[in-house]
Amino acid sequence: MLQLFKFKGGVKPESHKQESANLPIRTAPLPTRVIIPLRLNSLTTATPTVAVGDAVSKGQCIASAEGRMSTGIHASTSGQVIAIEDAPYPHPSGFSARSVIIAPDGEDRWCELTPFDETNADPQSLRDYLRSAGIVGLGGAGFPSHIKLSPGNARIDTLIINGAECEPWITCDDRLMRERATAIIAGARIMRRVVGAQRIIVGIEDNKPEAIAAMQAAAAAEGKTNGEAGISVVAVPTRYPAGGEKQLIRVLTGIEIPFGKLGFHYGVQCFNVGTAYAVHRAIAFGEPLVNRVVTLTGNVDQAGNWEVPIGMPISEFITLGTAKADTDRYLMGGPMMGFSLPGIDAPLIKTSNCIIAGSPKLFPPPAPEMPCIRCGECAKACPIELQPFELYWHTRAKTFGKTQEYHIFDCIECGCCSFVCPSRIPLVQYFRFAKSEIWAREKEKNAADQAKARFEWKTARDEREKAEKAEKLAKAAAAQAAKKAAEAAAAAAAPADGTAAAEIPPPATAALPPAAATPVDADAARKAAIAAAMERARAQREAAAPKNTDQLTPAQQREIAAVDALRQQAGIEPVPEIPAAEEPKS
Amino acid sequence: MIMSIAIMALGAIVLGAALGYASIRFKVEGDPLVEKIEAILPQTQCGQCGYPGCRPYAEAINKGEADINLCPPGGMEGVAKLADLLGREVKPLEAEEKPKAVAFIDEQTCIGCTLCIQACPVDAIVGAAKQMHTIVADLCTGCELCLPPCPVECITMETLTENLDNWKWKYPIVAIKQVA
Amino acid sequence: MSSFSTPPYLLMNASVQRVMLQVLAALIPGIAAYAWLFGPVILVQLAIATVTALAGEALMLKLRDKPMSLFLTDGSAVVTAWLIALTFPPLSPWWLVVTGTLFAIVIAKHLYGGLGQNPFNPAMIAFAVCIVSFPALMSQWPAVGLKVTFLDQIGIVFGTFPRLDALSGATPLDALKTALKLEEGQFSVAALLANQELFGFFAGRGWEWVTAGYLLGGLWLWQRGIISWHAPLSFIAGMSLLAGGLWLYNPAQFANPLFHLFSGGAMLGAFFIVTDPVSGCTTPKGKLIFGFAAGLLAYIIRVFGGYPDGVAFAVLLMNLCVPLIDMYTQPAIFGKKGQP
Repeated sequence: MLQLFKFKGGVKPESHKQESANLPIRTAPLPTRVIIPLRLNSLTTATPTVAVGDAVSKGQCIASAEGRMSTGIHASTSGQVIAIEDAPYPHPSGFSARSVIIAPDGEDRWCELTPFDETNADPQSLRDYLRSAGIVGLGGAGFPSHIKLSPGNARIDTLIINGAECEPWITCDDRLMRERATAIIAGARIMRRVVGAQRIIVGIEDNKPEAIAAMQAAAAAEGKTNGEAGISVVAVPTRYPAGGEKQLIRVLTGIEIPFGKLGFHYGVQCFNVGTAYAVHRAIAFGEPLVNRVVTLTGNVDQAGNWEVPIGMPISEFITLGTAKADTDRYLMGGPMMGFSLPGIDAPLIKTSNCIIAGSPKLFPPPAPEMPCIRCGECAKACPIELQPFELYWHTRAKTFGKTQEYHIFDCIECGCCSFVCPSRIPLVQYFRFAKSEIWAREKEKNAADQAKARFEWKTARDEREKAEKAEKLAKAAAAQAAKKAAEAAAAAAAPADGTAAAEIPPPATAALPPAAATPVDADAARKAAIAAAMERARAQREAAAPKNTDQLTPAQQREIAAVDALRQQAGIEPVPEIPAAEEPKS
Repeated sequence: MIMSIAIMALGAIVLGAALGYASIRFKVEGDPLVEKIEAILPQTQCGQCGYPGCRPYAEAINKGEADINLCPPGGMEGVAKLADLLGREVKPLEAEEKPKAVAFIDEQTCIGCTLCIQACPVDAIVGAAKQMHTIVADLCTGCELCLPPCPVECITMETLTENLDNWKWKYPIVAIKQVA
Repeated sequence: MSSFSTPPYLLMNASVQRVMLQVLAALIPGIAAYAWLFGPVILVQLAIATVTALAGEALMLKLRDKPMSLFLTDGSAVVTAWLIALTFPPLSPWWLVVTGTLFAIVIAKHLYGGLGQNPFNPAMIAFAVCIVSFPALMSQWPAVGLKVTFLDQIGIVFGTFPRLDALSGATPLDALKTALKLEEGQFSVAALLANQELFGFFAGRGWEWVTAGYLLGGLWLWQRGIISWHAPLSFIAGMSLLAGGLWLYNPAQFANPLFHLFSGGAMLGAFFIVTDPVSGCTTPKGKLIFGFAAGLLAYIIRVFGGYPDGVAFAVLLMNLCVPLIDMYTQPAIFGKKGQP
């Protein structure tokens, strides 16, 4: 029997799970278009590998990873690419992101899928495959799974599968566990192999007895067929935020992980059940991550869970549940950590787990914010045992150094403090503001420090050049003077009169740069020089042949074509085609 | 009475000696206040304050020659921080505070004269004589020193806009009373 | 789409008003005992204090341009008012109560920034100001069992009935102090306490029932989670330890700890004053230190100091130390146990 630990703090909001937990997962009908963003955040961008007008099949790779943290991106349904442009992105700011927009052809036809043969594969090739399959964490943060599955030199002892789903209203993981437990366990087994862990623990909150039963049965069956021990399914006490990664690790293993350290420093790694399921589909069926289960609940006539293609617009998703008339907002995510969508044209992305239709009755507007009375309820509720009121006071005073002394970056933004505050202070918003301010200031400071370093280097360089130049001129002047002296000596045979002295100009004036000439002449001369230079530059540009125009890859050709299209749009003439044989003029 | 004078004198000698020792033993090289002032300035090296760079301005502030509200890139926040540090009063900025912008070279017009490269105080322009010049946006501090030297006026300032990458959470403002 | 509310969208049913109302409710057992033993004039004093407090608060809110209905209904001014009325003598002239309350609300609370910003406990500030300015009036506690009708009591409060010296008797603490001073060596605390007229069962004829009422209310507050156990328990411990130690050392000179705990403002202080969240410590260890030191200081001022009851001054002195105590007792956070 696994010993469970406790974490301090936490709250018990009303769970509202029954509204959507009793219906099985249904497949959503195809939307009129899918909008697939090419990024999850600034570190995980991808370059499109398709062009406007291309026909794509479901699961076809449409963007390749850029950088270590990105993964591949795939079409979530078959159809035609109708645009690659800025499209709405589900974010509190309401900004857009570059996305691939596909018009489905209705057939939902998979491309050719090859299951990955994992019998003898080494962990690294498994990770590369999962990366190309676009697997990211489906628990909410979307951290690329291939990075999380690479412990490097650390030894991972325990793999934790997070089925807690502690936030109220959300039931997608609950249904996934009830219906597809075998697949989740299979995926967990693969992940255990990749990280080299000894045991797997699945943590599920005890308000989901059916899910616990299903997962226990699947784990037992898996144990029988594979003879591998070490998959335990454990019920954890229901308490928000037991499903937070750090909290779950604490409950199941007793380990407390501070900010700045990650699970693998302590020999544990934690993944969502949805991620495990996606891993299984990728390995066993060759399916990249193109759909996920999303809960639609709240102020709708029929709440439930739907399997949707990634990129389905939210406006079409909510029609599946028929929002009631008094719906005034849509939340993406749960009511504790989710955000209010500024607009519903944004698509559902890999990390969208729930859409809640809100109404003034369900989520009444909060009472006005009162001053903090230092009652300490927030400190009692904080699962990280911080002092939120101190952070609040210092954020208001904008003394961000003090907020860091009170460990503001350890805050997981779970919302427990705001939940209990009698003064109705939106504490989490203050902390988010403080954190982004601190980051922005640090970035500015780094940029300023680097600018200062470059400035100092440039000043030093300029001085050095000036010194070298002065030295050169002095040498030249000295040489000149010597020559003149020699001449003077030669002419010394002639009668020595004042002219000899006058013929020796002061060395400085002979060496003066032409800019010291009279202003009027210089101006005209400069203008003429500029005109000549412009002419030369233009001629050069027209004649210059780019040197790297041979053997272009299709991606490069597409890029060039896209740039040409942009130029055309802007009214600029495209660069004329230069036959490779011609010699550049300069 | 002699006793009291003697005791006072002894006290003065002892304290004086201690202070003298401290002033020699704990002497600080350089002027740390100038460093602190310079750390607050934004290192744009633009010269809008009237001094040829941030360090000379910091030194002038320290000497008391310059006022603290001459730096537009630092904004009112910089003025407030300087006021805090030096115990002077916060004044509104002399010049107008402009939003942060980076320079941009129009490649169709650039003639490759390198005058802007020489002018840029932070080496944010890449290029060489008769080659295309370009501004590395990440390194540009927005000082606008490259605009005057350009003979063909091909450099413009582009204001930085907010996008998904640099978006920040705003200070929470929750209405507490309906005024109108 | 609503733009004015922010996550989390689920909120517990909590408000400042609920907290304050529960504190007021917890005071009721003590008030009931008080009214029963000393006459219902205490209710008049409570009313005077409440009205003054709300008026003062309204004036300050208007001057500071804050939303009136929001802050007037939060109940914090009423709590301050009741604490003042309960610590002042029940037959104090009405203007004394008004002065104290106005001082507390206007100066000790609003001039420091209003709700949540006062570094000192406003009720204790009022008590300290009045006892220093009007020491005679503040020591006139009525003798128990005195036959004065309610109407006459109101008359005394409003100045229409003559204020006779014979009306006031010493409080138990007063009597102890005076006896100690006048009859040094020739008196025993035990003999004094046996004087049932004044001293009742163990702390003061009737007075121990009032403080027992406060104890009951305080325990209820703790059970509801409004206050934590740290400050009250450590206050009681601090006072009892020192009282007990000295009593064991010299029972003739020093009264037993039970007497001290149930007389004066000790119980009121333990559960309602040192637990004031705004001016007290916020960390658990800090609360323990705060309460313990306040208990010690209250006892010391009572026995060795110039005033019969030292709770107010003890609390004010500890309020000064709160930021320092808080700074040094920050608890370790999740994942950083073993580091400060």
